[in-house]
Amino acid sequence: MYAYDAFDHAFVQDRANEFREQVARRLAGALTEDEFKPLRLMNGLYLQLHAYMLRVAIPYGTLSADQMRRLALIARRWDRGYGHFTTRQNIQFNWPALVDVPDILDSLAEVEMHAIQTSGNCIRNVTADPFSGAAADEIEDSRVWAEIIRQWSTLHPEFAFLPRKFKIAVTGAEADRTAVKFHDIGLRMRRNAKGQVGFEVIVGGGQGRTPIVGITIREFLPKQHLLSYLEAVLRTYNLLGRRDNLYKARIKILVAETGAAVFTKTVEAEWERIHGGALTLPQDEIRRIEAHFAPPLLVAALADGGYAAARLESPDFAAWCRSNLFAHRVPGHAIVTISLKPAGGIPGDATAEQMEVIANLADQYACSEIRVTHEQNLVLPHVRETDLFAVWQALVAADLGTANIGLISDIIACPGLDYCNLANARAIPVAQRISRHFADPALVEEIGPITLNISGCINACGHHHAGHIGILGVDKHGEEFYQITLGGAADDDAAIGQILGPSVPYDGVVEAVDTIIQTYRSVRQTGERFIDTVRRTGINPFKEVLYADR
Amino acid sequence: MRKPAIQVMTANRLSDGVVLYLAQDNQWVEQLAAARFARTDNAVEQLQVSADAAVHDRLVIGPYLFTVEAFGGEFRPISQREHIRALGPTVGTDMPAAPSGA
Repeated sequence: MYAYDAFDHAFVQDRANEFREQVARRLAGALTEDEFKPLRLMNGLYLQLHAYMLRVAIPYGTLSADQMRRLALIARRWDRGYGHFTTRQNIQFNWPALVDVPDILDSLAEVEMHAIQTSGNCIRNVTADPFSGAAADEIEDSRVWAEIIRQWSTLHPEFAFLPRKFKIAVTGAEADRTAVKFHDIGLRMRRNAKGQVGFEVIVGGGQGRTPIVGITIREFLPKQHLLSYLEAVLRTYNLLGRRDNLYKARIKILVAETGAAVFTKTVEAEWERIHGGALTLPQDEIRRIEAHFAPPLLVAALADGGYAAARLESPDFAAWCRSNLFAHRVPGHAIVTISLKPAGGIPGDATAEQMEVIANLADQYACSEIRVTHEQNLVLPHVRETDLFAVWQALVAADLGTANIGLISDIIACPGLDYCNLANARAIPVAQRISRHFADPALVEEIGPITLNISGCINACGHHHAGHIGILGVDKHGEEFYQITLGGAADDDAAIGQILGPSVPYDGVVEAVDTIIQTYRSVRQTGERFIDTVRRTGINPFKEVLYADR
Repeated sequence: MRKPAIQVMTANRLSDGVVLYLAQDNQWVEQLAAARFARTDNAVEQLQVSADAAVHDRLVIGPYLFTVEAFGGEFRPISQREHIRALGPTVGTDMPAAPSGA
């Protein structure tokens, strides 16, 4: 993991000290709320429906066991005993008091964490593949590049007041696990014909009220030019992006209005002007950052007999292994995804006690590393096969053993109207109802791979556009209704879901989802995944059944 | 003739963000039932004056009015948003309702 140097420590602590002073000035009346609001937002502090909300950055979704313990401590001491992991691989605390936030930031700084640039029209927390450094299909560790971008973009003076917020994702493997095409900039590691590793640069993706799949503006960018190219894209956006209309200010609108060819030409012209200069990454610096992410010394092992026997003896363990484990680059090891989606649970929530259990497991079995996924789950990236049964038992004891990764109850949901000031409708209770309805593990496994995403408003924090089944909460004359889309996807074949028909009331959502699933089961071909069925048949078979009696 | 809307003034407490309602004697309370319900333009104006003073005194932030209706002997918010804001998240008992150890 990246370890702060003296500069980083001083910088983060200075920022915490500065915010302590700003809070004191606000409470003493030296700052009005209008003056204070941009300052608190720069430190991730929002005012939500019931309370303040503090969003803490988890750079590229990587946490140490000690950092996770600190999050548990913060949850217990200054919040209500839990935290909410988000689709940006961050964590949110829903109930901090303003007067306590300076102490929370001090506590975070002690473990090399902060809340800087988790809000505002700046470059937000850079996300990366949660399986970085572990995945069997990895080209290179994406965290190295996410960290380089983090250092470049933190308090970058030119990009501190962009037209709108700006989100970057980096993926370093064959499979995209970051929704790279739904980002303002998506960076996808590629090998060129000469076997060199560089980046495909994807720009202008996003969700919200105008969902757009990003387009590739450069097929291959040599790694050492990453920052100069990003600077060219950001500068083009900063100069040409709209500031007159909040809803048309994201880069996706600029790319769409300018046209991909003209936008690309403008970026390339700017890059031509600046590349080869101060932003060219020196090899020494790349190696310095790479050293922080050196893979742990894992000893390849043959298939473990005990692990195989445990799978045979325990059907529940076997089911968990089928859904929650992923191929590790070192034989005899596995990547464990811990589901934060128990039946009836709140997607992405973990109690302080659960955080501590996971931290302890990371220390004992996973090289002290933890990752956060954009699907709001957690990952132990390096677990020996021989330890999997013990890990699973400990997870089950902590209500963390749900076997549903990538299945219908592994629901992404934003905080929705239960917490969020922007929401029109609830998302969490809808997710709870659906996951309770699909609580039978055998049924869930029989339905097979599927994503179901719920947003409480058109801002799409719950990624509903990219769900195989997407659910969007809308307000109709004070009542909650839900628009359903089918066919969205966040992976390599990124797509935006199509609206199925008129929205359904709150009490009708579970039945509607059940109808969609029943329809899928009746029309699918052998072995066909839900998304492939939708792509083959289109949405009409689902529409006809769902709206037959309406 | 349409009945005039019944208005309540709400805000969040500056120090901790807790949802508050303006009650009698310019007090801010946590229970909607104890709020002052304004039925006339003059009463609404009084709410606004009191709220402005509370903002100035750094007691609350973001005050605004919302509409309630009489239902079964009590006043209920018309909007789902204010209903949830008054009663708290509807996400069940899966998480603690109060700080651990409180």
